[in-house]
Amino acid sequence: MRWFRGADSSQPKSQESAQPAPRTKRTCIGLGEFMRSLSTTGEEKKKCVLDLGPTSPTNIALLTELDARVYNEDILHESQDPSYMVKQEDGSVQIDSAKFFAENLDYPEGQFDAILFWDVADYLPEPLVKPLVERLQAMLKPKGHLLAFFHTKDAGAESLYSRHHIVQKDILELEPVQGFQLQRIFNNRHIENLFKDFASRKFFLGRDNIREVLMVR
Amino acid sequence: MSMNPSQPAQPASPLAAAPAPSTPAPFKETPKASDPYKADVGHIGKSVQIRGELTGSEDLYLDGAIEGTIDLRDHSLIIGPNGKIKASITARDLVVHGKVEGNVTASGRVELRKSCTLMGDVSTKRIVIEDGAFFKGAIDIKEKDAKEESRKPMAAAASAGFNAGSSPASGTGAAGYSASSSPQGSFLDGK
Repeated sequence: MRWFRGADSSQPKSQESAQPAPRTKRTCIGLGEFMRSLSTTGEEKKKCVLDLGPTSPTNIALLTELDARVYNEDILHESQDPSYMVKQEDGSVQIDSAKFFAENLDYPEGQFDAILFWDVADYLPEPLVKPLVERLQAMLKPKGHLLAFFHTKDAGAESLYSRHHIVQKDILELEPVQGFQLQRIFNNRHIENLFKDFASRKFFLGRDNIREVLMVR
Repeated sequence: MSMNPSQPAQPASPLAAAPAPSTPAPFKETPKASDPYKADVGHIGKSVQIRGELTGSEDLYLDGAIEGTIDLRDHSLIIGPNGKIKASITARDLVVHGKVEGNVTASGRVELRKSCTLMGDVSTKRIVIEDGAFFKGAIDIKEKDAKEESRKPMAAAASAGFNAGSSPASGTGAAGYSASSSPQGSFLDGK
């Protein structure tokens, strides 16, 4: 796994710039498949969808139009909270994953039909990545879908974290969010290992060097 | 503590004193945050702190700190930018500029403005979230009642051709977007 700039998680980074950054659009095959999995066929119970990115009114509008119950937890934003930081024996400051998960993502097993993970894993502090994936797997229903994006090496170390707005069932609008640095790049093997407990994984590579992965529990 | 800010003293026999109105009640416009002192809107200022149960039978602008429950069942509630609420809220319409921690039930509409933070579950018929609002929780859009359902085809016909862009506030009814060229490329690998 490749690391950039040593990732000092003790520094508060989530300060958005005053100037709104321009949005870009991209078509996502993985998102299209993800959205198809949500289409209800006369089911009585509402589908539960968890969005782990920054709050997007567009996503909430579109998902609720599909008669889904939408949950939102901006995990990356929460991970910057200084109250989760603890001093290590060597003097460094690191996030306390136990404390973090005691206060975040506290849902029963099998709660969600689908999870939008976006590219959060690329920017998350290292101690949270593996426990988070394990927790997400437990929170998904069997045959539930999880959509994740990963930057490839060619995307570059300066790739900005984005807020993802679903403007159509297979089209995303990306709004750059300042203040987060890419922490690592996952290759296919890393992704396979990280999500090894999922029943299947489908990979799609975009021309913008973003790898879309659709996981099924 | 139970608070009902401006309920007038009731006569001994309310039935005799208050004849039923013959005309339908006029439409009550949701009060705006910029107009908190409107005559029919109660006001709780930013220096006020309340712990307990807050109920009322009028619209309310709330800029203080509340801990407990807020019940304005058939009325509107505006949480001002200085409002710090740790309470479950029941209201007809809710507009949030400040901070709310607790579940929200609204029979009408919920608006989360860009400066707001809402941590809790929202159950409402309609919701508007401005870009920049922080929300953590679940959103459940309640079934529309039969009356509204019957009006839906007309509304859909009226909005045909509406093309939403990236407006700062999007309601649940907004739909129809234009797509640009695709950066998506090849299929890499599948299992």
